[in-house]
Formats: sequence, C-alpha cells, structure tokens
Amino acid sequence: MTPNPVVFGVILVVAFGLFALSCYRRFSLAAVGKPDDRFRPIGTRIWNMFLYAFAQKRVAQRPFGLNHVTLFWAFLVLVIANGEFLVRGVFPGLSIYLLPAPVFKLLLLAFEVVSLLALVASLIAMARRLFFAPPYLSTAYVKATSFEAFLILFFIIVLMLAYFGLHGAEIALARQQGADWMPVSGVVARLLGGVGPEGVESFAALCWWVHAIVLLVFMNLLPLTKHMHILTAIPNCYLRSIDKPNTQPREEFRKGESFGVGQVDQFTWKDLIDSFSCTECGRCQDVCPAAITGKPLNPRQIIHAIKSNLLANGEGLKRGEKPALPLIGAEAEGTNTEAALWSCTTCGACLEVCPVLIEQMPKIIKMRRHLVEMQVRFPEELLGVFENFEGRSNPWGIAPAERTKWCTTMNVKTFEKGTTEYLFYVGCAGAFDSRQKQVTVAIATILDAAGVSWGTLGKDEKCCGDSLRRLGNEYVFDKMAQENVKLFRDKGITKVITQCPHCYSTLKNDYRQYGLEVEVLHHGQLIEQLLKSGKLRLNRQVTDLGKIIFHDSCYLGRHNDVYDAPRNVLATATGKAPVEFSRNRANSFCCGAGGGRMWMEELVGSRVNVARAEEALKETPDTVCVACPYCMTMFMDAFKDLDKERTRVRDVAEVVAEGLRQG
Amino acid sequence: MLVVACIKQVPDTTQVKIDPVTNTLVREGVPFIINPFDIHALEEALRIRDRFGCRVTAISMGPPNAEATLRKALSLGVDEAILVSDRCFGGADTLATSNVLAEAIRRLVKREDVGLVICGKQTIDGDTAQVGPGIATRLGFAQLTLVDRIEHFDPEKRVIRVRRKLEGRHEIVEAPLPALITVVRELNRPRYPTVPMRLQALETQITVWRNQNLELDENTIGLKGSPTCVNRIFSPQREKGEILGDGGKDPDGAARLLVEKLRSKDLLVV
Repeated sequence: MTPNPVVFGVILVVAFGLFALSCYRRFSLAAVGKPDDRFRPIGTRIWNMFLYAFAQKRVAQRPFGLNHVTLFWAFLVLVIANGEFLVRGVFPGLSIYLLPAPVFKLLLLAFEVVSLLALVASLIAMARRLFFAPPYLSTAYVKATSFEAFLILFFIIVLMLAYFGLHGAEIALARQQGADWMPVSGVVARLLGGVGPEGVESFAALCWWVHAIVLLVFMNLLPLTKHMHILTAIPNCYLRSIDKPNTQPREEFRKGESFGVGQVDQFTWKDLIDSFSCTECGRCQDVCPAAITGKPLNPRQIIHAIKSNLLANGEGLKRGEKPALPLIGAEAEGTNTEAALWSCTTCGACLEVCPVLIEQMPKIIKMRRHLVEMQVRFPEELLGVFENFEGRSNPWGIAPAERTKWCTTMNVKTFEKGTTEYLFYVGCAGAFDSRQKQVTVAIATILDAAGVSWGTLGKDEKCCGDSLRRLGNEYVFDKMAQENVKLFRDKGITKVITQCPHCYSTLKNDYRQYGLEVEVLHHGQLIEQLLKSGKLRLNRQVTDLGKIIFHDSCYLGRHNDVYDAPRNVLATATGKAPVEFSRNRANSFCCGAGGGRMWMEELVGSRVNVARAEEALKETPDTVCVACPYCMTMFMDAFKDLDKERTRVRDVAEVVAEGLRQG
Repeated sequence: MLVVACIKQVPDTTQVKIDPVTNTLVREGVPFIINPFDIHALEEALRIRDRFGCRVTAISMGPPNAEATLRKALSLGVDEAILVSDRCFGGADTLATSNVLAEAIRRLVKREDVGLVICGKQTIDGDTAQVGPGIATRLGFAQLTLVDRIEHFDPEKRVIRVRRKLEGRHEIVEAPLPALITVVRELNRPRYPTVPMRLQALETQITVWRNQNLELDENTIGLKGSPTCVNRIFSPQREKGEILGDGGKDPDGAARLLVEKLRSKDLLVV
C-alpha cells in the first residue's frame, strides 16, 4: 500500500514544520535562563548519558520502572521503523527492503516484537493509572488519571495496532516480503482471511493513514506536554551536574545586582531544561521527608511550578516585560509558596532517585537565597539565629569564649603550625551542646588512645556556616567561609577531623570553591583507619548497648558516599554488624534537621524525626547509633515524644570509647 | 521631619572579663556590637520613617572604629550616619556624653526640623540609662523613657503618646514634639538587612563631626567634663557551691534535700 506521495509529502512538511516551531518556542524559553557550563568533560558526560538515559539505570531501580525500560527501548527500535515509514510515504522506492534480506528480516522481527511489547506496556501503564496508581503519581495540579497521560498512551496503543493492521493486510494481500518473520502481523493476516481483496486493501489504507496521522500528531504533542521528556531527558543526563549537587554555586556580591532566584529567568538554562525533563513520575515526592510528613513541599511540584511559570512568563520575559505570574508567592499553579521552600531539609533524597537527574534541592536553595537576601522573608525564628551566626559564629549566640568549655576535664592542645598533624574541628554542636560535648570527649579520648597528633583551634574556631548556606543566607556564609579559609591557611592546616557531617561536607566540598584543598575526615572515617591499622586497640568488646541500629546521616551518606566506615567501626567495636533500617544507605530517611531545619519550628504535618524514630523502633533496637549531632538531637527528641526514652542514642565514637574502658 | 536615632558601639559584655590585677576591663579580642537596646531605637525610627515618610539620621559618639556600628545602621536603611568622634571627647561620663550628643543634635535642629530623638533605654556596658534623659534635658525636649509601645504619633499635630514599661505596671503619657524617647526591647522586632542594602552601606560616606564642628568648651567634654570617677572595678566573688546528698546512690534522698533547700529559700512554694 502506498499513499499519494505528493499529498503525504505536503502533510509531512507541515507536520515537521509545526514540530520544529514548537520545539524552537520551548527551547528559546529555556534560553532566557542564566549561563551555566554543562558541556565538559565530554567523556564523563557521554558515560552518564549511556548509563542513566540508555541503560535507564535509575528507572529500572523500581519494579514498575521495567515497564518504562520496555517502552523506552521499543521506542528506540521503532524510530527506525517509523523513520522508514515516513520516508517511504514520500519516496515509495526507499525502504528497508533495499537492505540484504537477512538484515531486513531481522529488523521486521524486531519491529514485531517491540511493537507487541510496547502495546502490552502501554496497556499495563493505563491499568496502573486507572486501578492501582500509587499516591505519589498525583499532585495538586497533575492527577494520575490526567487526560494527557491517557491520550499519549492511547496514541501509542493505536500506533501499534495500526502497525500490525497494516502489515497484516499486506501479508493477506501477499505483498509483504519476509512475512514469515512477522508472527503478530501473520495473526492479523489470518483474521483478515474472510475479507475480500478490496476490503483488505481499504483496511490497509485506513491503517496506513491512521498510523501516519497519529504518529505526526504524537510527535507534535511532545514539545507541548510532559512528554517533552522524550526530547530532553537524554540530553538532561548528559548535562547533569558532574559534582554531586551537595554544594551550591557561589554568588558574587556586586552592587546593583539581584541575588538568588526570585523570577524564573534568574534560574540557569539548565534549571529550565530540568523542568522540561520532568516526567512527573513522582519518585522524588515518594522519598521526600517533607512531602511524606505532610509539609507543603513536594519536590516534583517545585519543578512543575518552574515549568508552568516559564510557560506563563517566558514570552513576556523575552520581550523584557516583568513576569505576570510570581515564582514565589501565594499557592497557584506556577508559583512556589514560601512555606514549601522552607520545608526542605536538603537531605538530597530527591536527587538520589530522579531517573533523569533533575536537581530539585539546589533550586530550592536558590529561591531561599532570594527570600533571605533580597526580600528578608524567612520564618521569624531564623532572625535570631542569623544574628547569632553573624555576631558570635554559632547558632545559639553563646559567647565564643565558651567554645573550650567541653575540654575542662581533659588536657587539650591547641593546633600548632608545623607540629600538629590533625586539626580536630569540633564544630558548634560539639562545643556548645551539652549532650554532644560527651561525643567530643569520646573522640578526643580515642585520638589520644591511638596516639594521634591532634589539636583544636580553641576559642578561635568559627562556625563552618553550613546552615547559613542551606538557608540561603549566602552573603553571611560567604564572609564566614572566607574568614575560615584564611584561618586554615594561616595555621598551615592540611588535615582536618570533623565531628559533624555538616562541617565535614562544608569543609570538604563547599570550601573547595574558596580554594581550600585539605584532607577532611569525619571522625567515623578516621576511627575506621585507626582500628584497621592497629593504632587503636580496644580493651573490650562493647556488648552492653544491646541491639544497635545505624542511621545514615544525609550529609555523610547521600551527599558524600560515606556508608561503610561507621558500620565497620561499629562491627569492630561490638563484634557484629549493626542492624539496618528498612530505608538505609542511599535510601536513608532524613532526621529532619538538615538544611537549617534544625533552627526552625516544625508546626505543619507530622514530625520527620518521629517518623524516622518509629522506623527504627520497628527493628526493636536497644540503641540507635548516629554519626551526626543533628541526628542525635532529633532521635533523642523523637524518643521523648514517643515515650521510648529507654532506646538509647549514641554516637559511633561513644561506642568505641566504651570499648576503651578497662573491662 | 527628621527622626534621630542615637546608637552606641559597646563591647559584647558577655565576653568581657575583668583583669583581677589591674581591675580594668580586658578589651583585647572582645568583639564590639551595636548596643542591643539601640537596635530597637533604630528600628522604631525606621518604622516611623516607613509610615510617615520622614528622614532618619543615626548618630553615634565613639572612637573611629565605631563606624562599623553606623554601617550596620546604614544597611538597615537610615538616610544619614554621623559619627561624633574626637580625641577630646574620650573618657567621657554620661554628663559629658550628653553634652556632646545634645550639641550634635542641636546642629541638626538648625539644619532641619528634628521631631523625635530615639535612644535605647541604656547601654549594656555602662548600664546607667542617663544619656537619653541627659540629652533631652540639654535640648529642652520632652523626655519619655522606657517606652514599650508608641500609642499615637502625629507629625502634623506634633504630638506623641507612648506606653512606658514600669515595674509591675504601664503608664501612658503624651508629649508635644519635639520629644526624646528611650526604648525597651519589647517595643519592636528589629529588621534584617537585605544584601543590596549591605553593599550600599559599604560605600556610603559617613559624616564625621569633630569638636571643631561642634565648638564645645573643652571643660564640658571628655575626661575634663566628667565629674564621675571610677574607684575600682571588680567581679563579684561567687561563693563556691557545695554538693549535698548523693544523687548517684540515693536519688530520692537527694531530690528531697533539694526540695527542702528550695523551700527554705522560698524559691519553691508547694
């Protein structure tokens, strides 16, 4: 069956013209964004694209993802089939049958198989949306049963049916080469057995035109719907952040400029492409501690709002007009609420699961920056905290002279340039929080027992500024980071032990932007090394803490990939591996205190720390082991709330210090 | 109308220690901050400006490094910052200080209509609460001290009515403008500077007035003009505590003992 090549040629040109126009319009909207270098190094990027786009690494991590993997690979194979179909529609002589017979026969078989798989996968996807849609598939603005989703699935099903119909008719008319290799179309041909040749001919023509028109309409719908991801997801994997997005980009503080992101064109172009790449699969929503505990934040919604806002304002912004729809403001499609932005714990769970590597959390920080730096709009409890950080370099506003109070019970040396090997960076919690001071003493005891050369900065130690940066107070963070980097350089510090994963990540990753290259170790990592090398020998096996469960801190685990060190330390000290949470390692669930949430009230929904503590209690532990001061506070508070104070909370270092006591 | 906010740079007193030998403040390494009460004075001046559209001048007497305090005021949005600084102002007590500040404000009065002067109720270093009233007296302004709420302010009819926070009661008083008020922390919640304002403040010129501008008699300013003399400064000795009972072995007994002790001192009423 060949249509009228001229008529179809005209249709094809119009369809591709419209498609190109829509694509141009969408991509030119993304061009309103600020510059961002996302093209080097090419090798790594191509590998990422292969791994995450073509191999669908993250998609396949969930059982239902296999359905998508099937559709994705079916689509890739069918690009050949459909390409040939369109070319042949205009130039009937150009077809796969020009290829050697074994090749085109194999192709025909492949088309048959993947078309059938795509048909089944689409039906399953429809059934899932209709009958067993998980809650994370819906948001306030996009439902699991959205018309758009069904229209696209319907189109795919029609395309596959038309393909089989067309080729079945061709087989019935004995015009199909390689018919033996087309089992599904063969079935259709047999079904057409009772129909006369004219009827089959008309049926073939109908299938051809249905296939052609649906294919071209489908193509034209792509740039206009969430199926834009078919065009942008693969490049998005290429353009991903090469470093883990645990560090926010620096801001340059020049007069006359605006800071943070308060309107959509202040995002980078990559941020905007991110919003086009979102498939609305809802996985980020499913793992977000804020979303799960009923907070107004939903990371998927943040991305959707950016896209909606860009679509509403983009054309105007290109003409230099002011945006009509606010990016941050009252609840509306295309607008993020302040409450949503302040709910983020920056735990990075969304970043860990997004199949197309969208960077949700960094966008939230960018908008927080605008609220803090330009609007001075933030939860009122942060005002005092900001003043304390800036005035006294700690969140509580305690006099810096009291930083050394924890070491009244032991002889602690000050870091001496040239003689001391390790700086023990105690951190604000380690120096001021009464419970955490016990951990500080435990670490100091361990360092002494292992004969490590170490010292502290004493009263001169300053806060690292982690909370400030995650809260969007970049201006003050910037000042503190510069002071700290200068201090570290002046003192000739090259190796640092931190007590807190937040200090760890900030010194290791954020300060690199300020040119500080030092070896930073979390105390869990150093203790592991000391135990392994035999420098640290325990006097007894710690058995009195009972069943121990280990909780991964977000800034140690997900943000820095340190998972094994604290587990190994616990295993050595207690003689057995710690029990695991059902969500552990990269899938760990935040304690609720990161991203500056430690200093904010949690008044909406249920409490994140209680949710995590309840998850711990399911494993009936005697002791919850942590490696972070925030996690410790959050667990202790949660156990108080749950009236389960008998469950102990211990830092990894405290368990090891127990092992140093004479049996 | 111009609203003047008087601010002072003070050592962060929670970090001040007294040298036991010389009986003087150990100032080395102690950070300076804006006097906490003065932040509320500044905030109230800015609120009045935001509401009535007047201008705000922040004024501070102190050494050249007190400029940092005025920069902070600029970052919060004052229209003008004046540093009253001269060696001969040094060593001033509250009398000499109010002489200088009153004269500085008098210069502003000559220039424009000063309707209101706002001071913190006291500084955290001297804690005398005398400078505000001293300025009002020397300027002949009505003085309303310890203000925790401005009930009414009318720049047209030139009247102010405030609530004063006294011990165990409030007092509502009214005065004609120009007036001077001293404020307590409950009056308002200070604002936080935007980054553009901070950057702007770094570049804004701070006016410096010396005694050649104010032309005060040298006997009324600085150490010479200060009748107050400090005999001795010392940290009060704290009695060493004693451990009663044995909380480890007999927690019930220790708790009973604690309750008894607290009761005997009327700290616990059961």
